[in-house]
Amino acid sequence: MGLFSKFVAKLKGTTSFSSSDWKELEEELLASDLGPTLTRTLIEQAKKVKSENAESALTAILTDQLSTHSRKPLVNPHGLSVTMVVGVNGTGKTTSVAKLASVLKASGETVLIAAGDTFRAAAVDQLHTWGDRIGVQVISGKPNSDPASVAFDAAQTAATSGVNNLIIDTAGRLHNKTDLMAELEKVKRVVEKVSPVNEVLLVIDATTGQNGLAQAKIFTESVTVTGIVVTKLDGSAKGGVALAIEKEFGIPIKWVGTGESHTDFSKFEPAAYIQGLLS
Amino acid sequence: MFESLSSRFTSAFGALRSRGRISQSDIEKTCAEIRQALLESDVALSVVDSFVARISEKSLAVLPTVQSGTNQGQVIFDIVNAELIEILGGQARRVRFAKKGPTIIMLAGLQGAGKTTLAGKLAKFYADQGNTPLLVASDLQRPNAVTQLQVVGESINVPVFAPESGNGVGDPVKVAQAGIEFAHAKQYNMVIVDTAGRLGVDENLMNEAVRIRDAVKPDEILFVVDAMMGQDAVRTSQAFLDGVGFDGVVLTKLDGDARGGAALSIASLTERPIMFASTGEKLSDFDIFYPDRMASRILGLGDVATLAEQAKKAFDGDTSAKLEAKFASGEDFTLEDFLDQLQAMSKMGSMSKLLSMLPGSAAMKKQIDNFDEGEIIRTRAIVQSMTPTERRDPKLLNGSRRARIALGSGRAVTDVNNLVDRFSAAQKMMKQVRNGAMPAGMPPGMPAMSAPKKSVVQKKKSKSGNPAKRAIEEAQ
Repeated sequence: MGLFSKFVAKLKGTTSFSSSDWKELEEELLASDLGPTLTRTLIEQAKKVKSENAESALTAILTDQLSTHSRKPLVNPHGLSVTMVVGVNGTGKTTSVAKLASVLKASGETVLIAAGDTFRAAAVDQLHTWGDRIGVQVISGKPNSDPASVAFDAAQTAATSGVNNLIIDTAGRLHNKTDLMAELEKVKRVVEKVSPVNEVLLVIDATTGQNGLAQAKIFTESVTVTGIVVTKLDGSAKGGVALAIEKEFGIPIKWVGTGESHTDFSKFEPAAYIQGLLS
Repeated sequence: MFESLSSRFTSAFGALRSRGRISQSDIEKTCAEIRQALLESDVALSVVDSFVARISEKSLAVLPTVQSGTNQGQVIFDIVNAELIEILGGQARRVRFAKKGPTIIMLAGLQGAGKTTLAGKLAKFYADQGNTPLLVASDLQRPNAVTQLQVVGESINVPVFAPESGNGVGDPVKVAQAGIEFAHAKQYNMVIVDTAGRLGVDENLMNEAVRIRDAVKPDEILFVVDAMMGQDAVRTSQAFLDGVGFDGVVLTKLDGDARGGAALSIASLTERPIMFASTGEKLSDFDIFYPDRMASRILGLGDVATLAEQAKKAFDGDTSAKLEAKFASGEDFTLEDFLDQLQAMSKMGSMSKLLSMLPGSAAMKKQIDNFDEGEIIRTRAIVQSMTPTERRDPKLLNGSRRARIALGSGRAVTDVNNLVDRFSAAQKMMKQVRNGAMPAGMPPGMPAMSAPKKSVVQKKKSKSGNPAKRAIEEAQ
């Protein structure tokens, strides 16, 4: 029996929650990567629940932690919409760029991808392979060229060719490297000489622990993150740190990635996510 | 990585040490702080609780046998240190080399853990020690993973066996097997098999990993883990252990600010040692994982042993011997020697990485992070803009020469002046040292290992030219 239903059953029953039950709940919440602070808040609130309908009360407690910001993609209604995809190494940025392009294309939009990861070996080739698969044009520069110049060229191409969407892939960077964060700021700044960047998506790997909070904080300080993509949610990790990020910084989760195919990508569903956290 | 954990431990022990006499409740308080610090660092609850319980038990047992509070504090500190080393895997373990034929290393892990980059780092590490590794591209899943491995292999001059181009085409088991046969035929003494990332819950892919394992019969299976990983490390490492199995763990992205608690969980729960750690974007940013050194870093004691080793690697024998001879013969230390030193230093990696290995660095994390790495490059540019004659005899540097050098290096004339001034001051100091005040046991070319904390802080405050001073200090 999942934790959630067990918890609900106990609350409904006549027997009160024993201290070992609370300990078990703490363990489960921590195991979902919600972190010690949020876990403590949740348990304190749960201890107050005396509702007949414990299930909805609990869902409400968790839902309350979610950001109140809109989860709709930020777009420019008249013309070119620019989305930048950022994050630390290995979270799935390149794959997410391809998936997002594929979703947009399926909904009838015209899309262009900028291969801004000029650092990792073969990242540009990886994106070109994706581009061929999903039928989207990929603009790239030379290996180790300045990512800002690649992004600028792509933005100009996008603006003149009249596509609706430009998605910019960027190299993975650890947020504590100030020079690499400055490089990212430069990419954004330079693109904005052509067209404003409407959306900055931070890709968070569902297996990430509490470091996800530091990632969200520093990437936001640097390029104002407007949404989160949680990837690899098809594994055993529940991605609880994303909820902690929503609670702490109010940045909404917008997309989730659940597999290696370009169709394994969907809009974030709060109810399903919270159910998943506790199942 | 362990910095924040380190600062939490430092403050917990600071409080403990300031006590005249340590009571049971002091220990309980310290344990509670350690518990919170470990949980915030993503260590699994069960591991945290048993760790804290052992510390509390051992501390309470030893408490009555030690008299003064300071000694008690030290004893408890030692207990924590010993437990940390224990949990991190005790002694550092090396790769077991095969008695006959190539030593086969297979990599396994989640998507995005850093396997392909690590394969390159591992190959370079062993090639530098005189081995002849072969990389085998068995990740045929992720688009262009094969190309990535080929690019990596080319940059480190290690051949890559890649009969299939990948992108979902080809059989990774066959590739791995053919790779081993190829290595036998061509007499490589080591094979590193890169595999596709897979989730712990994906049975099909886990079976594929098992088939690769059975086909290549690896001497070591290394489980590659991202240092930023959270609590799922427990489930995932167990799934890999039950699935394909592994003999050791490699931690990647340790240069981030993650507290790396997952590493503690995995080492403790699977009883497999952490064998290597990867600490940067360059293919040389990789080393054996030493549990005792890492424990020292967590506890804020610094990691001087690693620093010394890196120095030895970077300051090659020739440079050191040349300097030593020069020093003994009474010749002047010139700007040319200084340039050699600067180049050797940049080989050791970033300055902030070096500084963070010094004792007490947890307290100066911010300054270290903000260290201007460009300063070394700029200083080097100034020296490189001088003619060889000028480097040997800086007295030649008159106004017009200085203006030319400033122009050539893209710096202001005052920067050139500063460098020359500081250099002659240092040169003078060296002469004095040679005339009697030579500190014992410091071979030339070795950095000042026991650099006192204060001087490190000064180095960061006055930026320009301090690398110069530092390098000269190191040359003593």
